[in-house]
Amino acid sequence: MAEKKSLGKEFTKGLIAENPVFRLVLGTCPTLATSTSVVNALGMGISAMIVLICSNIVISLLRKIIPDKVRIPAYIVVIASFVTIVQMIVKAFVPALDAALGVFLPLIVVNCIILGRAEAFAGKNSVVASAVDGLGMGVGFTIALCLMASVREVLGAGTFLAGAQNLLVLFGENVLDGFNGFTLPWTEYLTPMTVFILAPGGFLTFGLLMACANKLAEKKGKPKAGLGGCQACPMAKNCALLAEGKECKEEKKEGETA
Amino acid sequence: MVDGKKLVVSASPHLRTKDTTQRIMLDVIIALIPALIAAIVLFGPRVLAVTATTVISAVLSEFVARKVMKRHNTIQDLSAVVTGLILAFNLPVSIPLWMAAIGSFFAIVVVKQMFGGIGQNFANPAIVARIVLLLSFGQAMGNWTAPLSWKTDAVSTATPLAIIGGESTEALPSLLDMFLGIRGGCLGETCSLALIVGGIYLMARKVISYKIPVAFIGTVAVIMLIAGKFDLEFVAYELMGGGLLLGAFFMATDYSTSPIKSNAKIVFGVGCGLLTCVIRLFASLPEGVSFAILIMNLLVPHIETIMAPKPFGTVKEKKAKEGEAK
Repeated sequence: MAEKKSLGKEFTKGLIAENPVFRLVLGTCPTLATSTSVVNALGMGISAMIVLICSNIVISLLRKIIPDKVRIPAYIVVIASFVTIVQMIVKAFVPALDAALGVFLPLIVVNCIILGRAEAFAGKNSVVASAVDGLGMGVGFTIALCLMASVREVLGAGTFLAGAQNLLVLFGENVLDGFNGFTLPWTEYLTPMTVFILAPGGFLTFGLLMACANKLAEKKGKPKAGLGGCQACPMAKNCALLAEGKECKEEKKEGETA
Repeated sequence: MVDGKKLVVSASPHLRTKDTTQRIMLDVIIALIPALIAAIVLFGPRVLAVTATTVISAVLSEFVARKVMKRHNTIQDLSAVVTGLILAFNLPVSIPLWMAAIGSFFAIVVVKQMFGGIGQNFANPAIVARIVLLLSFGQAMGNWTAPLSWKTDAVSTATPLAIIGGESTEALPSLLDMFLGIRGGCLGETCSLALIVGGIYLMARKVISYKIPVAFIGTVAVIMLIAGKFDLEFVAYELMGGGLLLGAFFMATDYSTSPIKSNAKIVFGVGCGLLTCVIRLFASLPEGVSFAILIMNLLVPHIETIMAPKPFGTVKEKKAKEGEAK
């Protein structure tokens, strides 16, 4: 099973092959909401990554103690504790980021990616593997968010890394000579397309980037994201049910009767 | 062997209509020409520049998109020309030309070609392009030029619907001016006379059915009659103001984004009218035709499913079950 895999593979799978946003299509709500600027996206990605690594480690440690029937509430309690810690840290040290992310910071509690990794990976694998998995998935999430945000910020606001001081304040006042992002040179002549900052532009960018990801996957002979059937699932490799020769349908039926 | 002619045996169909996509699109272009001439008279030569930009960039986008996607070339069916023309009609005359070109790119590449080309688009390309431009460049898209001044930066004015909505204190143009198009607005939507002539031509050529425009305009008329406390003048301003006639004749009737069945067409038209009135009367925007058509475009598959005709001789499931119970 998955534990036999090398740690390097556990890390790299989260980056591209099982990228949580573009391949597993998880955590779309925070992705669309916080990818309006690259700085916000970085802040959100890093916060989620810290929570993901910590919760993966703790859940993996407790995996033999938590009873199967109450595992979801137990996971949520663990995740919520870490989210609270991260939120307090962000509020204390990078208050501008806290204001920009708003409700989406506490909402990491119910982020599908974190709960999904707890359920699919940390609950079944060793501590080290879970930590590496969390790191890989967290980096993958951050990369995806930054990709979306780059497209949206450049086209929608005509800036790149605007408000960088919001994050850099972590290292002191006016680091990097008070660098606060670039304003792109063509904004003098061309008005930025505000629609990309708004929700419709978010969906549009998401769709286009997912199409690119699918195209890349197709070239490598991997199944497309978002199509039905267990074999098409990007998580098929790690799926314990498939390894036993069953399909998710059976799982659902078992769940219903239990 | 009668008269020396051979007996030809072939598979059906044996009778073919002469209607091709190209011919239909040509009819739409002919129907749009009166409004284009009216726009040039009203807003000056810059109309031609805007129209040429949208049409050329639409055709070019279509050509390049098909090439990149390695599909056969479809620019000769003229549908990109129609999209470009209708998009130009939806823009204010003072719009910067590069914005108009972006609109065409959006209409053709994102809305049409990415979903599979002609006949596959989920919504009217020109409408989506207009809405994208409206959301992106609110200021440039709301910069109305006074008619007959022929200068884009000289005199600005308010649209009749904005005046009715209380956003401006300018005097309303007279009803005759409204009919001839001597008012502020997008370049192709102002001249009611030319749009009605074009609409009648399309209906006479049987390119469009009368059902969608009549249901659309009729619904707006009835609701505005009630909302305006039976003031006929108010109704006339609402019907000729904004993009209602342009939308009802040329945009709501687009083949791939309107229903096929005739009763579903009426539901579609009524829905468009209802949403237009809701947006005009209660929303913060003065005009809602484009949003109304877009929302109804998205509902078309569901309208068609709900209103699927009953095949001859079949019994509805409910009745069949009741029959069994007896």
